[in-house]
This record gives sequence, C-alpha cells and structure tokens, in this order.
Amino acid sequence: MAERSFAREVEDLRLGEGEIFRGEGILAITKALLQSGVSYVGGYQGSPISHLMDVLADAKDVLDELGVHFESSASEAAAAASLSASVMYPLRGAVTWKSTAGTNVASDALTNLASGGVTGGALIILGEDYGEGSSIPQERSHAFAMKSQLWLLDPRPNLESIVKSVEDGFELSEATNTPVMLQVRIRACHVHGQFVAKDNRKPAFTIREALENPQRDLNRIVLPPASMLQDRQKLEQRWPAAVDFIKRRRLNEFFGPDAGEIGIVMQGGMYNSVMRGLQYLGLADAYGDSKIPLYVLNVTYPLADDEVADFCRDKRAVLVVEEGHPEYIEQAIGTVLRRRGIAATLAGKDVLPLGGDYTAAVLSKGIGAFLEQNAPHLLGNRPPLPSADAIVAAAPVQKLVEIVPPRPAGFCIGCPERPIFAAMKLVEKELGAHQISADIGCHLFSILPPFNLGGTTMGYGLGPASASAFNVEAGKKPISIMGDGGFWHNGLSSGVGNAVFNKQNQVIMVVDNYYSSATGGQDIMSSRADSDRRSTNNPIARAVRGIGAKWVREIDRTYDVAKMRDTLKAALTSKEEGPKIIIASSECMLNKQRRVKPQFNKAVKEGKRSVKQRFGVDEDICTGDHACIRLSGCPSLSVKHLDDPLRDDPVAAIDNNCVGCGNCGEVAEAAVLCPSFYRADVIYNPTRLDRWMARLRGAVIGSIQRRRNARRVVFS
Amino acid sequence: MNAVMPLTPVGPATFDRPLSIAILAMGGQGGGVLTDWIVAAAEHAGWIAQSTSVPGVAQRTGATIYYVEMLPPRDGRHPVLSLMPTPGDVDVVAAAEFMEAGRAMLRGFITPDRTTLIASTHRSLAVSEKGKPGDGIASSEPVFEASDFAARHAIQFDMQALAERNGSVISAVMFGALAGSGVLPFPRETFEAAIREGGKGVEPSLRAFGAGFERASRPAETAPAPDAEAPPPVPTSVGVPQLDGLLVRIHGEFPETLRPMLFAGVKRLTDYQDVAYAGEYLDRMRDLLALDRRQGGEAAGHAFTDAAAKYLAVAMAYDDVIRVADLKTRASRFERIDKEIGKRDDQLLYMTEFMHPRMEEVIGTMPKGLGLWFERKPGLVRLLDRAVNRGRRVKTGHVGWFLSLNCVAALRPARRLLLRHAREMQHIEAWLALATRTAEQDYALAVEVLHCRRLVKGYSDTHARGEAKFDHVLAAVPSLLGKPDSAGWLRRLRTAALADEAGEALAGALMTLEHAFEA
Repeated sequence: MAERSFAREVEDLRLGEGEIFRGEGILAITKALLQSGVSYVGGYQGSPISHLMDVLADAKDVLDELGVHFESSASEAAAAASLSASVMYPLRGAVTWKSTAGTNVASDALTNLASGGVTGGALIILGEDYGEGSSIPQERSHAFAMKSQLWLLDPRPNLESIVKSVEDGFELSEATNTPVMLQVRIRACHVHGQFVAKDNRKPAFTIREALENPQRDLNRIVLPPASMLQDRQKLEQRWPAAVDFIKRRRLNEFFGPDAGEIGIVMQGGMYNSVMRGLQYLGLADAYGDSKIPLYVLNVTYPLADDEVADFCRDKRAVLVVEEGHPEYIEQAIGTVLRRRGIAATLAGKDVLPLGGDYTAAVLSKGIGAFLEQNAPHLLGNRPPLPSADAIVAAAPVQKLVEIVPPRPAGFCIGCPERPIFAAMKLVEKELGAHQISADIGCHLFSILPPFNLGGTTMGYGLGPASASAFNVEAGKKPISIMGDGGFWHNGLSSGVGNAVFNKQNQVIMVVDNYYSSATGGQDIMSSRADSDRRSTNNPIARAVRGIGAKWVREIDRTYDVAKMRDTLKAALTSKEEGPKIIIASSECMLNKQRRVKPQFNKAVKEGKRSVKQRFGVDEDICTGDHACIRLSGCPSLSVKHLDDPLRDDPVAAIDNNCVGCGNCGEVAEAAVLCPSFYRADVIYNPTRLDRWMARLRGAVIGSIQRRRNARRVVFS
Repeated sequence: MNAVMPLTPVGPATFDRPLSIAILAMGGQGGGVLTDWIVAAAEHAGWIAQSTSVPGVAQRTGATIYYVEMLPPRDGRHPVLSLMPTPGDVDVVAAAEFMEAGRAMLRGFITPDRTTLIASTHRSLAVSEKGKPGDGIASSEPVFEASDFAARHAIQFDMQALAERNGSVISAVMFGALAGSGVLPFPRETFEAAIREGGKGVEPSLRAFGAGFERASRPAETAPAPDAEAPPPVPTSVGVPQLDGLLVRIHGEFPETLRPMLFAGVKRLTDYQDVAYAGEYLDRMRDLLALDRRQGGEAAGHAFTDAAAKYLAVAMAYDDVIRVADLKTRASRFERIDKEIGKRDDQLLYMTEFMHPRMEEVIGTMPKGLGLWFERKPGLVRLLDRAVNRGRRVKTGHVGWFLSLNCVAALRPARRLLLRHAREMQHIEAWLALATRTAEQDYALAVEVLHCRRLVKGYSDTHARGEAKFDHVLAAVPSLLGKPDSAGWLRRLRTAALADEAGEALAGALMTLEHAFEA
C-alpha cells in the first residue's frame, strides 16, 4: 500500500482531446504515455519518481482498458531489461527510476539495449535527483547517454513541454532504433501546471501478438561479431538519424530575437530559471519575451551541430547554461565552434558555478557577468537585482544562526526502526562501539542524532557487502544493516549470499517493515498484505536459510527493546561461523496507521469493544534529564517547561500525535531510565463485564485513596 | 514567439511580476494541502498558478519548502514561472512552525521591501533541543526580533492551537491567515471555494480558516513578555493549624522576597513527607539565612538563601521508590490522566507503568543497618538481583498491583529510618558544608555551589551520572576560591555539564579552567 493514493487524480488520465489537464508533473507524464500508445510500463520507485510508480499502480483500471501492462520491477536493472520487449517487436515501452542511482544499477542492461538497438519506441524516464532536496551524490545522467549512445531529453519544466517530450521521445526512439532517456528534475516531477490533453491510444501492436509470434534477428543480439556491427550502426546510422530527426522536428527551440550579438544556449530544464534571471536583469518579461536570443536544448544529447553553428555564427559571444558538472555540453559546443572556425567567445562554467543548483539568483549573477564582459550596453540602467544579502548579514538575523536548530528528516512517530537502534545504543554502551555499515532506506536516519550510529553507506542493499573486508580474526565483529527493500533489490545475493559463501563473521541486521518504506510504502516480496496482482508474504527468513544462512533470528516485534538488545548481543558474541542474521520485523507505522485507523474508527462506530493505546509521562516523576529522548528521538516525545519554581529543566512530555507504539516505555524499562512513562489503554464501547470490573476496581481503589487523602496534611 | 507582444527597443515588454509564496513546514504538517488550496484559489480567480515542492517521500519530520507562483495570463499567454524561491524576491512566507520562520530569514526569503510573514508561533522541538540533559529549548525571542526587522509585515500567532480549538489542522488556519493578510487580490469566497473543492473535512477546515482569517485581520501581536509577573503572595493561613504553623514561620523568620520560594519548598516537603519534615527544612533555612546575613547577603538580595531554599527542598524531596509509588497511586493522578488523555464518560481507562526495580532500590528501602549489612554481601546481592532486576508492567488500575504499590507508598512514615535517606542526608550535609565554607570567603561562588545541585537528577544510572558530574564540578571549587570571576567559572562548568550526556563539554571546560589562571 503506497503512502499516497492517486485514486482521484488518475481519473484525469481519461481526459480526451482538447480537455484541460490540471495537475502534477508525474501525472502528466503518465497521461503522455497513454496518449503515445504505450504497450508496457515498468520501473523502480525512488524519489523523485516514486509517485509516478504509485500513479501507475493506482491507474490499473485505465491501463487495463487500454491493454497496457504495468509491472513494479524488482530493481532498475530488471526494469531496463524489460525494455528488451521493444528490441524485436514494434512495442512502445517505458520504464522509470531515480537517476543517477537507478541508472547505475540499470547500466548493464542499458548498455546491451543500446548496442542492439530497438524496433519499438523505448523510453526511460529519469527522475533526476540533483540539487537541493536530493538524497544521493551529485552526478549527471548525461554521462550514460554519451557512453552508450542513448539520446537524452531535458524538456522545459512545464507540463506542455514535458508531455510533448514524451511523445517526441517515442518517435525519436523509433526513427533511430535507439532507446531514449527523458530526464525530469525533482521540482518538475512535482510541478503543478496544465496542458491540453489528447485522446489515449491503444497500442497498435500488442504484447500478446508478439508473444504468440516470436521473432529473432541475429543482428540485434549483442554477440560478436554483431556487436561490432552494432557499434558501426550507432555511429553511421543511428546518430546521424537522431540529429536529422531533432532538426527536422525542431525538438530544440529558439526564443527571443532572431539576431543578436550574444546568445544563450541552455538545457531545457534550465529555461524557467534563465527566464527569471533575465527578468531580474531587465532583459525579459514574465511571459517569455526575451531581448536576448535563446537556444533551448530540449534534447541535450546528441547535439545538432548545424543548429549550434547557425546559432553561434553571427554572435560575438555565447553563454552555455548547463547545470551539474563536468560541462559536457559546453565542451561539445566548443568542438563545434573550433571545427567550423566560428569565432564566437564561449562562456559557461567560467561565469557560472561548477556545481550546485542553478537558481534564478545564481543565473542572474552569471548572466550579468557574461553580459558585463561581452555586451555591457544591454544591461541598460541596471535595475537592482533582488538580494537579501544585507538583511541576512544584519545582526538580528545573524543571531538566528545560533538559535534555529537543524531539522533533518528523521524517523516518524512510532517508527518500528527506532527501538532497533535504541537497542543498538544499549549494546554499544555494554560492548563498545562497532564498525557499522549502513544502507539506503529509512534506517539510514540512525546515522543522525540522537542515535549517531553507522559508518558508511555504499548503495541500496549493499550494507552487508560493504562489511565484507572486515572478515578477519578480531575482538569485535562488524555490524551491517539493510532494509527489506534493499534486501530484495539485491541484498539477498550481494549481501547474504556473499557473506554465506565467504563465511563472513558479521552481524547482518535486516530491517523488515513490510514495505519499501523510504520510497513511499510500496509492496515488496515479503510484504504481509495480500495482493491479487502480486505474490507477497515470501518471508525473508526462508530466503536467507534457502541460500545457506545458519544463524538466523527473527524478532517479530521490534518494540521489544530488551529482546532486541539481547539478540544483538548474542549475535555479537556468538562463536558460530558465517553471518549472524537478525531479521527485525514490525510494520512501518505510517502505513500501519493508514491501514488501521479507518478500521478502528469503523469498529468504534459499530459499537464494538476497541482499545486505543497512548503513552504519557508523569511530570512529577520525570526529573528532566531527557535520557529517554536520547534513546528515542520520537517526534511525539518532546519536552516542556513546568510552572514550578523548584524546576529548572523542562520535563518530558508526549503529545497527542502519539500512536502508542510503546517504544518510550520499553526503552525506559530496558535501559532502567525512570518510571515516569505510562501507557493509557482507553477502552471504547466497554462490555458489561468491563464496566462491572471497573466499578469493582474503582470501589476498592477509591476507598483506599480516600482514606489516604484524609490522613494527609498537605497544602491543597 | 514575439508575434503577440510588439518589441520595444529597450527594456522588457511588461513589468508584471508573479506573486510568490514560500511555505516552510516540516514533513507531515500538511504543507502540500495548503499549497493545493493556494493553487486552487488562484486558478479559481482565473490566474495561472504553479506550485513545486521537494517532498521527502516518507520522512516526516525534516524541514521542507513548498513554493507557489501566480500571475494572470496576458493576451492569452501564460507566464513563465520559476520553480524555486529567490532570496529577496518572495511576497509571502508562511512558516508552519516558529523556528522555520527563523530558517526562512536565514535563507533570505524574508525582506523588508516585500515580504509578508505568516508564522505560527508554536514550537515543535528539534531533536537537538530535546536531547540535552539540561534545558536546550531555543528561545523564540530572537525570531520575533528578527521578524520585526526583516519582514515588511508579520502575522504571528499560535496557529496550531487555533487549529486544535477548531478541530482542524494548521494548514487551514494558515490559509485563513493568508487570505486575511490581503496580500492576494482575491475575495474571501475564492479561498473558501478552494477548500470546498478539496472535498475533505470541509466544515472543520472552513471553521479554522475563518478563525485564521479573523485573527490575521487584527493588529499584530508582539513578542510575549517574558514571565515578569510576581509570584502569587504567600498566604498567612490555610485553615489547617499544622500548616499554618509553617506559614507563620515563613512570614516571621524570613524576609519577604524569600517567602515564595520557601513556600514552594514547604509545599513540596509536606507533600513528600510530613509537616515535621518541612519544619526541619525551615530550621536549616533559618541557619542558612543567618549565615547569609553575616556575609552581607542582604545587598545581594539574599541570593544565597534563595538558592538554598530552592535546591534544599529539591534535595530533601529526593526521588525514591516510596515517592514513585505514592505519586503513581494518587487519586489526583487518576483524574489528571483521564483528563489529559481525554477519556469520555462512556469509556474506561487503565494505566500500565513501565518500571524496572533493581536490588539497589530494594536495599535503599531497607532500614539503614540491614541495608548496610546487605551491601557488605555483594554475592548475595547479585543473586537476589537476578530475581528482582527485571522490567515490570504495573497495572495501577488493577486491585492487586494497586495494593502492592500502595504498600510501598505506605512506607513513607518510616522513610527517615531507611538507608537511602541516610545517604541522601549525608550528601546534603556535605554539599551545604561546602556552600557554607565557601560563603565565608566568596559569597557569589557559594551561591553557584548551591545551584550545582541542579546536576543531580534522574534514577539509577542517570542519577549516578548526575552525581558524578556534580562531584566533578564541585571538585573545582577549592581551586576557584579567591580567583577572579570564580562564580562565573563555576556557572560555566555547570552549563557545560548539562550540555551533553557523556560529559564531553564538561571535560573541555575543565581543561580550559586548568589553563585559565596560568598567566
């Protein structure tokens, strides 16, 4: 069950010719796929295209009506490999993943796909996770396009352009027998805008027809000597065909005056920010009128050399706006100019930063510097650029540097992973610090305060593999962590299989929260939900035992901090050879609440006896040391000042968002912290027996309490 | 491209600029809903609106920004809108938590020429604030001061509380405040239509929207005054002769400025033990006041006695199992929890306490002699500890558990005979002796010695750690005597001791101190 439901929004996928579609970028991409007559879609979730996968999952009905096959792939490599359906058959296929992380995983399949080439249009939608808000290292997909001869689209970040790019992409792919990548930046994935829809198209040729009429063409299979021929084909046929298609179909766009002494070349995705930068400089208006000639590359690979030359020929200087590094496009344009003897000065990363987001502020500065050097008269009377530098530098705001706390993302309220790391902290106190190899997933937040655990993270599912080198005789064992998502992505073979095979003496903690939670709660093989369309409930324990793991412990309630601690200690002190695997399972609380809350409310409404749990702190007993917070960090567990002159420090307090997971109580108990925590069980619709027992208990306890109160001499 | 707009030779064709709104929120606060409402309102008014965000998909608590730009179409042409805010060019910043308003200022989104700040003044504490062993809560005051300086106009109030009062969520109140601010040129109905179109929880949302709208239309709220109000006067009689005896002593033996703290101490100790115990407290306080007077403490507002009044009461009311059992079984606690959890009359509520007794606590609760005997038998203690040392879920609302706790609480009259009491009293004696000795040479330092008692808190390991820090800090006192700014040094050591659990800051501060007087 995914974090967000698009059940309402997918209705917009049925919009027909001429109707206005209003919505988010990812939804528009889905609509564009359907308008293009796609036959099959696959992919692997990850920010910023997780929601694209969720939309597709929620759009089952619409996809079924059109006969489109959708599959959540086991990994990006699996998704890329599925495009092989378009190799021999005129089937349009699209896959999606987060880039560059996913493109790295997929690159083996992509290399082979690109070499053999395709018959049907093959489109790879890349959620380009670059810049502010990114969760991965800052690299570019562009390099993959260059090394494999795949074409790379980077449309202007508005829905109309993105939708057109999807449609163009399929045609470009078919015209050149080459897979096409379409990159959409984080904000473009989530941009809300509008475009004029077209009717959806059923695929002309169906997967079923292909399956029942198999074809093979040796020239498309990557085997020598065909692979040598394929390389020649890439250079002599597909590349020129692509350049020809790009020029003929005008995939790249020109704005502003036809002639001018200077000009700007940019990636399509940079267009809006460049326009805002120009507006700040007084050289454009809010509606896209530019005083400066602009050449917008909606296709960033390959370049159409003639277009570049034509744009630059009569200009004194040209600025290339290319986000990320290195400056592949700028270098390629330099080659075009040099080869053709065009004298225009080439500017780019000399006036713009080498890396980082190209925001409007960054661009207005860079473009300003470019103009200053090459056409200062265009800057006119120089309106002041918007700037907050003076305000930010002023004392009252600078004082906030010390005050405003950092607020990185962290574990949610009631997260079942928190007790795992609380237990790890407790073991650390006893056995000392350990080498901990972390992994991608929510559990990565254990690296941050209050846990401060984990030393490395090498890639999705690679936690155990990255502890491989630490397999020597030593007084301590390495610990590695991976989530259930990473486990099924590749950790079963690269982590557990590898550790079994090499008799690695490491402790592998598999954090099983029933979903691929970090990407939004998609189901995976070991998910506990029943699904008509997928095989779930395949236990991780069976898988690891199946490939030879011997020391396997399952904890089916991670909130049992004491058991968690003891199991971890047993693993760390075990004399058995081979990996010690702990599978710590509890349902992702975010998903659980989404699942359970409506059920609970319904039961209460129907008058059924139901119990709701919440935690609280006795503020008289809490002494304000906050050890509980340092072992928990739950957003719902906070501190507050009391109105008591005898108190200096704030005491712990639990807010109304508490979901009653029990972690704080279990931690207080396991770590012998203090007895302030209590759990309140509220019984809704108590039965007659409940009420009778309550009256009896109340009578006994009440009479004792009254006696005690009467004897007490205190200020009221 | 240029067919519609005739080209003018210099400058842009139009000076229209989009309205921009940045929303700073934490994951899970409904920033997305607010964004959708704003877009819907703008589209309702016939404008072109674009919103973007960088949502962490599942990560709930991190700071995040949503961004909206809007402008009407012109001659059928849509504007080109930016996907991220530019410092110095934001019309409205909506901050769903007060420190996020501070973050917006640090990022340059709030400038005096342009920005209306709509900020909820409530705090949602960051991990770094909550985890400190002392008081790590960041002060809101500087954010108020900075917003006075940086914002063109600031609408600041507790939007979370207003939302809760109206049975809705903060985004609805913020939307109301945005509408009420008048920055967007749309009538109120346009905003309300956006909420209605959203379709979920419409009525509560509209109610909260209205409350926010109304509140934003009122004049600005300034920073709340720091708690300067004088404590309520100490009564002279409560109608109970024994208690009135204590009050008579407070009024008769102590200067007026000290009475509120002494009253708080006496209240705590009668509740903790009995009237006589509070009397012992006043006896000690009387002696300490005499000392204070001899040292000319009147000029310092009897700072020494005031500090002693506070920390002696806390020290005498040390946390032991009797106290815990007593507090957990009180009728007033049962009532308080019912209220806090919001139990309705047709519901039942049971508490489960998470306790973890150890042999140490058992021995502490033994008569002094017996306890000391046990302490000399570590093997036996370890053996018994195996039976005792275990997490226990105590159901206070069940008769059996209640009676057990009640038995422990009933040991209260015998507390003075127990080992733990003897230990605590020793500790207090040593501490007061040090303070007294110090007072004779360095009054200000002696006051700080008293304040160091703040370091002793918690149970079990936490308590041991606190006492170790207390000893560490106070060990510096002899070397500080007669040194310049000796009190300041001790205060700094104490602050460092409260900064982290492991005592790294304290170790650093002690190192600095070692070299401070070298020159």
